[in-house]
Order: sequence, then C-alpha cells, then structure tokens
Amino acid sequence: MKSTSYFNETHELARDTCRQFVKKHILPHIADWEEQESFPREIYQLAGEAGILGTGFPEALGGHGENDIFLKIACSEELMRSTSGGLVASLGSLDIALPPIVQWGSKALKERVAPEVISGQKIAALAITEPSGGSDVASLKTRAVKKGDHYLVSGSKTFITSGTRADYYTVAVRTGGEGHKGVSLLLIEKGSAGFSVGKKLKKMGWWASDTAELFFDNCEVPCCNLIGPENAGFLAIMTNFMKERLSLSIMAYMTAQMALEEALQYAQDRSAFGRPVSKFQVTRHKLVDMATEVEIAREYTYRVAQLMQAGKNPIKEVSMAKNFATNVAEKVTREAVQIFGGMGYMRETTVERLYRDAKILSIGGGTTEIMKELIAKQMRL
Amino acid sequence: MKVLVAVKRVIDYNVKVRVKPDNTGVDLTNVKMAMNPFCEIAVEEAVRLKEKGVATEIVVVSIGPKAAQEQIRTALALGADRGIHVETDEEIQSLAAAKLLKAVVDKEQPSLVILGKQSIDNDNNQTGQMLAALAGYPQGTFASEVSVDGDKVKVTREIDGGLMTVSLNLPAIVTTDLRLNEPRYASLPNIMKAKKKPLESTTPADLGVDVTPRLTTLKVEAPAQRQAGIKVADVAELVDKLKNEAKVI
Repeated sequence: MKSTSYFNETHELARDTCRQFVKKHILPHIADWEEQESFPREIYQLAGEAGILGTGFPEALGGHGENDIFLKIACSEELMRSTSGGLVASLGSLDIALPPIVQWGSKALKERVAPEVISGQKIAALAITEPSGGSDVASLKTRAVKKGDHYLVSGSKTFITSGTRADYYTVAVRTGGEGHKGVSLLLIEKGSAGFSVGKKLKKMGWWASDTAELFFDNCEVPCCNLIGPENAGFLAIMTNFMKERLSLSIMAYMTAQMALEEALQYAQDRSAFGRPVSKFQVTRHKLVDMATEVEIAREYTYRVAQLMQAGKNPIKEVSMAKNFATNVAEKVTREAVQIFGGMGYMRETTVERLYRDAKILSIGGGTTEIMKELIAKQMRL
Repeated sequence: MKVLVAVKRVIDYNVKVRVKPDNTGVDLTNVKMAMNPFCEIAVEEAVRLKEKGVATEIVVVSIGPKAAQEQIRTALALGADRGIHVETDEEIQSLAAAKLLKAVVDKEQPSLVILGKQSIDNDNNQTGQMLAALAGYPQGTFASEVSVDGDKVKVTREIDGGLMTVSLNLPAIVTTDLRLNEPRYASLPNIMKAKKKPLESTTPADLGVDVTPRLTTLKVEAPAQRQAGIKVADVAELVDKLKNEAKVI
C-alpha cells in the first residue's frame, strides 16, 4: 500500500500500542514526574508487560523483533511522545546496557540477567564515562584486578543514566595495559561489596531521568560476570555506540518534531496586532524552515537505519545523522520557545522542557566534536 | 463456546474529518483509519470471556476493502483466534452488512455474536438489530454488562432513565455500549504472534449476498459553525432571554 514507507503493518500496530501506553500510563503524570525528577518504578514493569522493553532482543530471552530496526524506531518515536526525553532515556537504559551482554556475554550470564530486565522487573544501566573523561574511552581509569575467581574493581563512573536505581551495571573497566586494548566490560550488581551510588545529579534537562555517580572501592565482582573476552571490551563499546547514536538521532528529531507541532498550534491560536502570529511572514517562514529541517533530519535517520537494517556498518552516516538531528533539535526548540514568547519560558509549556532536553543530545553517546572526528576519519582526512 | 465478533474499519476517532468539496461524502485520502471504538469494546469483551474460560474460540469478522485486514490483525493481536475477511470495495450499508454477517453466522454457528452498537462513521446503530432479526436470535443491545450462565446470557442494557437487564437464550446477539469495558492495547509479542494466526478471505458473492445499496446519499455537509455567544448585563436579562427568546424555561 505505502510502498515508499519504511514501516510495515506490524510496525504500525506496535506504534499504536506504544502510543496507547504513553497516553494511558505516562502523559497524565509526566509534568509531575518531571518536577519530582523521577517516575514510578512500576512503569518499567508495565512497559515490560506490554513488550515495549523487549523490542529488538532475542525471543529466547523474552524479547521480540530482533534485528527489526524500524520496529524499534516506531516504538521509540511513540515513547518520545511522552514529551520527556528523561523518562525515555531511563526507561530505555536497557537498550545500551543489555546489548553487550546479549551479544558477548556467556549463556549463563545473559539467561540470568536479560529476561528480568526485559520484563521490567530489574533495571540495567551502562557505565562508561568517568569523572576524568567521557569521550576518550581508551583512557578510562577504573581498574579491575583479577584475584582468584573474582575481580577487584576500583574507580568511579559518572553521568550514569538509571544510575541511582539500576540493579545491573554494564561497566567499562581496565583489565590490561594502557589504551583501548586494556579495556573490558564487567557486569556489576547492585549491593556488591565495595560498590556505592552517589546522590542523584541535578541536571539542565532530562529531569525525570535518574543520573548518578558510581563508586567502586575494591568492589568484588565474580569472574563469570565478565562480558566477552578480557581486554576485548573496546570493540563491544564501540559497536554499542552505533545503536545508541541512532537512538539519539531519533530522540533529536522527535524533540524537534514535537516543538514544531507545539509552535504551529500556538502560532495559529495566538493573535498579535490583529491577526494570528502565523500570518506574519517572518513567523510563517520560520515555521517552514523548522518543518523542512525536521523532515530532513528524520528522513536521513531513516536512511541510516535502512543501511543498518541491511547489515552495513554506516559509522560515518550515523555520526552525520546524529550531528544533523541534534543540531536541528537545538535550533527548532529554540525557535519554538521564541514563537511562544514569554509563555515559552514558563515551565507549564512543553516547549520549555523540549528546549532544555535538546541540549544533552549533542553531548551524550559521543559529542558533536567526537562525531566529526569519526566522520573525518571515514573521509580519510 | 464459540464467539463471533464483528469489527469495522473506520476513520480514527482522533481525526478531524473533512467533507469532500462536492458534498458526496467524507474525504478519506491520507486519513488514519482504525478499528471502530465500539468494536474494540466488543473484542475486549470476547477476550475477557475467553480469559474467564467461558469462550473457547473467538472468530473475528470484518467486511470491507483489502486494508480492513489491518483491523482483523489488530483483533487477533488483542486475543482473537482467527479472522474472516469479507472483501469488498462496495459501499456496505447496514442491511447488507447484516446479511453478510448472517451468512457468516450460518457457517460458523457461534453461540454468541458481539458487535459494536454502532460505528462512528455513519452512526446508524442498525446492524446488530438487523442481524438478530435475520438470524432469528434474541438480542441484547447497548450492553454495559454481559454475563454468560449456562445456555443463557444476561445483558444489562443502558436505556433512557436507567438500566434494563435481559436474559437471552443462546445463541444470541449482543451489541456493546461505551461503558461495557475499557479495551486493552495489544502487547508487542502478541502482535508478532497475530501474524501467524489464520485469516480466511471470502467475498459477498461467495456468501451469496447482494450488497447493492438500498439508500442513496443525497448530500453530506459539515455541521454549521457555532455562532458567537452574547453577554448579558444581569441575571434578570438572562432569565428574560431564556424565557422569551430561547424559550427553555
């Protein structure tokens, strides 16, 4: 029927379910949850029951639609309709924490951890960034020393999404020498001796998400919690980034899309000097530019997703998509607030939140600058 | 017990409909379509009967163009066991729909047929009643509560001024009102499983039904724009206007 669409009938049904989930369980409360800087843990369970958390994971581990990227996109787009990037980031932290376990972890490890997380009973987080550095993954300092049948981990991690209430942490540690060849991934569990979580960090945006610092002081981790071979963690981390960057591109154009929709409505409802503000050419053209950029950001992201679906490894393209879409998000949310005028500065408007939430997207999952370095490398510069 | 549920593809209730410029109908181009909300309630009720162990099989039927299969798939994802699609691009009016459903009932022999009381496109509120008449089955329309007990079904009906409870001998026809239940959404794994459930296709000709429209639509118009209100100076003027102009008190 719609031969030019990337989405099939199943994707649309899944989209409907996610839309209804958001409408029923999230939208009535999201303004409060943003102010409270948290949302009920029950949401994970509800999302697990609806099968939303399992999207993209193997059926054997309780998931479905493995390798169906557009199914994931349809769900992500609808979750973003909650208007809270923070909630989406926290609820979706399994999407960056679990894939390394599913792809590289031992059978016993993934069968123990993944089903609990996919069903929403447990929460999983990914911990890479450290106080001394984020982008420079190869220089991370948290050290894991093997002692008998366990590792002793010392160091700290920061800006960890779902940090305060995760049960499982996929942690990047140094098991070998300097550089990327000495990095491994370890699954560290809540309550492990020597592991503590700092208080929830106060942030510019993403308020509903719990972000925290993690501390490891000779934390004992069983060797069977090693994810993949020792000192081979860097590749796993880099592979994982690809999907995270696609997700961030989606979050970015959806943030822009919602800001555009809000601004379109407001510009037609709001009158100044005797006519709706949308009737002023300056505003009209502004809205046209916003709409154009949002569409391009979205369509290009779809194109990159299609490449990934086809089994390609579009490092350059996904970095470009992320940079383009996050830039569009910042620009469009800024213009949306401008169109709202004073009202856009009020916390009761959605555009105010979108404006604050947009900023993290060009920092998390690899900054704009790191993306550019990756692109430059692909261009053999 | 086998339950047959009829579902209809209509414009999504969130869509603001536009009348075609030539006033022949509503513009359906690029408009999101969905299952009629009353039909969703019918599916939900059937699924609940199955969860209670009362129903053993749920068959869902839809009449309409090829795309109506999407609504059947939705019902299958919600818990129906198999689907029947009566494919036609003709305009299907209430009587034709009832005749087609009668043919399906003859073939399937369900103990209970659940339909939405009306569809939100034409709001006719006729198909369930006509089907009951054609099949010679008892009917419980506008149900707000349904309970099956042995070979009877008790249906609480929402009527003007209160509730009426009727007891029907099975097989029977039930049409759903808004407050019967709150439909669930399909879980994603169930959407995947629904793809493998059987969906059989048939046509009005196969069922031996002539679906030629009996009614002619003369004109479709958008509701008149609401006029602006007026301000009154005081209560006395308000009462005066209500009494003498609006004549409502």
